[in-house]
Amino acid sequence: MSTTPITAPLAQVNRLRSLVDFYLTTMRTAVQQQFQYRAATYMYLVGMVAEPVIYLVVWSTIADQSGGTVGGLTAGEFAAYYIVWTLVRTMNIVFTPYGWEWRIREGELSGQLLRPLHPIHYDLAWFAGGKVPWVLFYLPIAVVLTLVFNPTFDVRPLEVAVFGVAVWGAYLIRTFNQTALGLICFWTTRVGALFQLYIVLELLLSGRLVPLTLFPEWVQTIAWFLPFRWTFYFPIQTLVGDLTNAELLGGLAMQVFWTVVGIGVFSLVWRYAIRRYTAVGN
Amino acid sequence: MLGHVPSKRERDFLRRISLVMGNRNQLQWGLPALDSFELNRSIYQIPRPDFVALRDELIALLEIGDLVRKPVRQLSLGERMKVEIVGSLLHRPQVLFLDEPTIGLDVTMQKRIREFVALYRQRHEATVMLTSHYMADVEALCERVIVIHHGKILFDGDLAALADTVAAWKTIAVVLENGAGDLSTYGDVIHRDGDLVTFRVPKAETARVTARLLAEQDVLDLNVEDPPIEDVIELVFAREAVE
Repeated sequence: MSTTPITAPLAQVNRLRSLVDFYLTTMRTAVQQQFQYRAATYMYLVGMVAEPVIYLVVWSTIADQSGGTVGGLTAGEFAAYYIVWTLVRTMNIVFTPYGWEWRIREGELSGQLLRPLHPIHYDLAWFAGGKVPWVLFYLPIAVVLTLVFNPTFDVRPLEVAVFGVAVWGAYLIRTFNQTALGLICFWTTRVGALFQLYIVLELLLSGRLVPLTLFPEWVQTIAWFLPFRWTFYFPIQTLVGDLTNAELLGGLAMQVFWTVVGIGVFSLVWRYAIRRYTAVGN
Repeated sequence: MLGHVPSKRERDFLRRISLVMGNRNQLQWGLPALDSFELNRSIYQIPRPDFVALRDELIALLEIGDLVRKPVRQLSLGERMKVEIVGSLLHRPQVLFLDEPTIGLDVTMQKRIREFVALYRQRHEATVMLTSHYMADVEALCERVIVIHHGKILFDGDLAALADTVAAWKTIAVVLENGAGDLSTYGDVIHRDGDLVTFRVPKAETARVTARLLAEQDVLDLNVEDPPIEDVIELVFAREAVE
């Protein structure tokens, strides 16, 4: 064994190149891990699809019984909405506050805090990598849903391109929101109740439960000014809606805004939260 | 530590330390350890040639070439600890924190881990901070011992000094031809089992008492020992409780 330390001073290492290397390696590891448990992953995905399929069946039935439309949406448009919904949901899965609760309560955070990278990088990279198998597994489900429910799609190339960016915007916003929420565990140990409140707000104001156009105007206005809409409704609308180019780019700008706000809130909470950490556990 | 304030968790500091927790798994559970090693390479930005060379060297030293190719979930506790330690050393930390590294391991594996850590420390001139309830770990690895109780440092010094400070006595166990007589003039008789008698004597008196025993008694066997480290530590805490 040679005795020269490998770890050169950080200034000599290109920080960006290091991060790219870390992200790619972690994403590759996440893909391998997901394929190790592919049966479990697939069952999880099938279970997750149950939620939009129930919404889809309910709204399609209501549309059929209401002369073909509800709130201006046809059964085919509902089908398109919830099929894209499923893809968006697959892409915006993030490390939840329950994960942070476990990390802090069990002392699992100790090891991560002693690494020269913030744990948020690991979470971002890991869940980004996990999307590769999830989306691959989702594709056959999407084919089945398309054959069964006959969705109505009219998509422009720009909309596809914006969708490709918007799903990652949704991922970032949800990551930073839920991480900031998870950090509350540094004070409270448990965060389940608050997280459930967050999920209720998300269900109602993001377009997750129903398309936002079915809500009264004032609810839609409130939703516009909150982050939730930009994590579900906007990415879905890029493909199934009829947004102008200005609305598409404006939506991306709103995602950037909420990502920056999320990073700011998360960074602020982290600064105070980390001082409260005491390594405990089994 | 290393010119940094640990609580600030600066990157340059964190790149030069490592932590191994005996009751924690820091490896990817479903994948072979080699994949976790690769992840560590990217975290610590270890140049690939250095990484490959040291990884292969450590694997050879611990003879775990076949283990690192199995999913971690299939490894026993001892096997997992070996690969955990290799993973934690790949960036050649100058300070290695070991938190109960031998907990739950059989004696053979405990010995192997201790030997390896001692070898690493010697070759890399690294500092090893060991936290352990196993006194065998402490005796095998520690030159300097810090006893902490309720956040208060009760002792800071080398192991021999700890025994001298707290338990300045030795035990002399003798097997006599006839152990029936009064032997209290040699020291405190702390145990008697037929002709086997154990005395506790002040360290300074040990040589003189031993010589007297050999001269005055028919000694069949004689053994002089320092007090067990467990007893010494117990005395430190007991003394703290009284104070």
